[in-house]
Amino acid sequence: MTAIEATDAYTGPASRAAVIVRRHTGLALTLLAPSLVFLVLFTYWPIVQVALDAATLTTFGSKSVSYGFGNFARLFGDPAFAHAVSNNLIYAVGTVVPSIALALALALGLEEATGIATTIRTVVFFPVLIPLVAAAALFLFVFLPGIGLLDHHLAKLGAPRTNWLGDPDVALWSLIGLTVWKNAAYYMLFFLAGLQSIPADLYEASRIEGASAMQRFVRVTLPLLGPTFAFVVVIALVNVVTQVDHVVVLTKGGPSDSTNLVLYYIYQQAHENYDTGKAAAATVVSLTALAALSVLSLRTLERAVHYET
Amino acid sequence: MAASRSSARRLDPARLLGIAFLAIVALVWSTPLAWMIVASFRPQSFGGLDMASLTPNFTPTLANWREALDSADFARLYLNTAIVCLGILGVQLVTITLAGWAFARLEFRGRTVLFYAFLLQLMLVPPILIVPNLVTITRLGLYDTLTAVMAPYFASAFGVFLMRQTFRTIPRDYEEAAVVEGAAWWQVVGRVLVPLARPGLVAFSIVSVVAHWNEFLWPLMVVSSTENQTLTIGLASFTQGAESASQWGVIAAGTFLVAAPLMTAFALFQRQFVNSFLFSGVK
Repeated sequence: MTAIEATDAYTGPASRAAVIVRRHTGLALTLLAPSLVFLVLFTYWPIVQVALDAATLTTFGSKSVSYGFGNFARLFGDPAFAHAVSNNLIYAVGTVVPSIALALALALGLEEATGIATTIRTVVFFPVLIPLVAAAALFLFVFLPGIGLLDHHLAKLGAPRTNWLGDPDVALWSLIGLTVWKNAAYYMLFFLAGLQSIPADLYEASRIEGASAMQRFVRVTLPLLGPTFAFVVVIALVNVVTQVDHVVVLTKGGPSDSTNLVLYYIYQQAHENYDTGKAAAATVVSLTALAALSVLSLRTLERAVHYET
Repeated sequence: MAASRSSARRLDPARLLGIAFLAIVALVWSTPLAWMIVASFRPQSFGGLDMASLTPNFTPTLANWREALDSADFARLYLNTAIVCLGILGVQLVTITLAGWAFARLEFRGRTVLFYAFLLQLMLVPPILIVPNLVTITRLGLYDTLTAVMAPYFASAFGVFLMRQTFRTIPRDYEEAAVVEGAAWWQVVGRVLVPLARPGLVAFSIVSVVAHWNEFLWPLMVVSSTENQTLTIGLASFTQGAESASQWGVIAAGTFLVAAPLMTAFALFQRQFVNSFLFSGVK
């Protein structure tokens, strides 16, 4: 039942190994049980439950229940859902690309741990720590038309006043700006770590060969940061699908659904319209998207999980 | 030669551009937070026309702070948030240590399958499952309790992987020595491995507390009464009231009260925080 036997199991006779593996199975299940109970209750069962709910059709005022794809038909027929999906796609590209570009630029600029670089790192990192709700509360004033932080200071530069949250063409971009402000420094950390793991002699070698700074960046830095990129993109995309606190505080999906994201749409269906079927169907769509993302990124995730082994 | 090189480096236009870029980002990034601090001490003025100003051209007042503290029961909100964060963490530390050790050290049937089953929670995270989880919570009779806020997070795939990695870096000799002395598995884990795995446990704790301190949508779903609200919920409802009254200074003070504990902790334990967040890549 111990580590010693586990080592023996590799060298001992096959039958003994089998016995030990069986004995360990009991211990392993005991150790995994506490986690498994909660995973079953709040991860595996909900997935089953939501699939069932999505397939369950009820008629208002009658108790009869049938099964089918009716909820999905209603969901895909709902222009608000289509709007939420397209918003979410714009939001994904709009937040992930600039956040990552900025994160990489910051990491390159702040790589050397000089006094001022450390200070700037700290300053840009504060937004990562504050709750998204608190960030949204601050940005209520940042985005306030006329007297708010943005308009007040942009007016000095001669820019016209903008209705940052009230204009359907602008509001989603305002939320994107808030998200980039909040998350860029988080991704910067991973690039800083990635840069540190690039061996210095690679740069030295390319310098001796006469490569310019730009060439060194393109031929050495970028390729070696490949895994970091893949990794940060996955985390950033998970954030895109799972974080809507700012939508709740700032816009409630409006004006005219221009800032509605899929998770907020799900919340609306469940909490405001009490439309369980539609909420479940939308959750299934989200889960499918996340599952697809997991399969695509499995190698990245595995590398992350195994990187110390 | 060396001198001319360093001066060339200093005047390099690309380098100047880089410095300008960093300065602008640092300025833009810090402005909302600097505004929060200045505005929280600014007296309410008619029309609030100079509210956006960042210069402290006024006599500081505590009126906004008093107003913020009066409009929400902050003691209760802090307490609830602390209970939620520590409650989640307490259970998590047990579940992830046990499961992490099992995956790190034991050979058993179905190990790969179970490993992938755990991996699932890394991507299909609880926030996306709010609708079915609300049903489960209601059936368990936990609706509108702090336990409901905590329950979906008691198991943590991220924590399990983190502990698995941490245990793997510890040489088996320690465990073997303890076993030779006749220790049972729980003694090996509790007395030998947990102290050695402290860096991993600390890293996980920081990430967990930060995540749940900041959590919003799930508590918003499962809590209905004021006495079970957490800080983020309290801030959101309090902001709504203050916004309609255009009390921006009060919002600034309230936001500060919610954000300050983690910002202070970060300022004090920066290195530890940064290392923990790096670990949390696998969240």
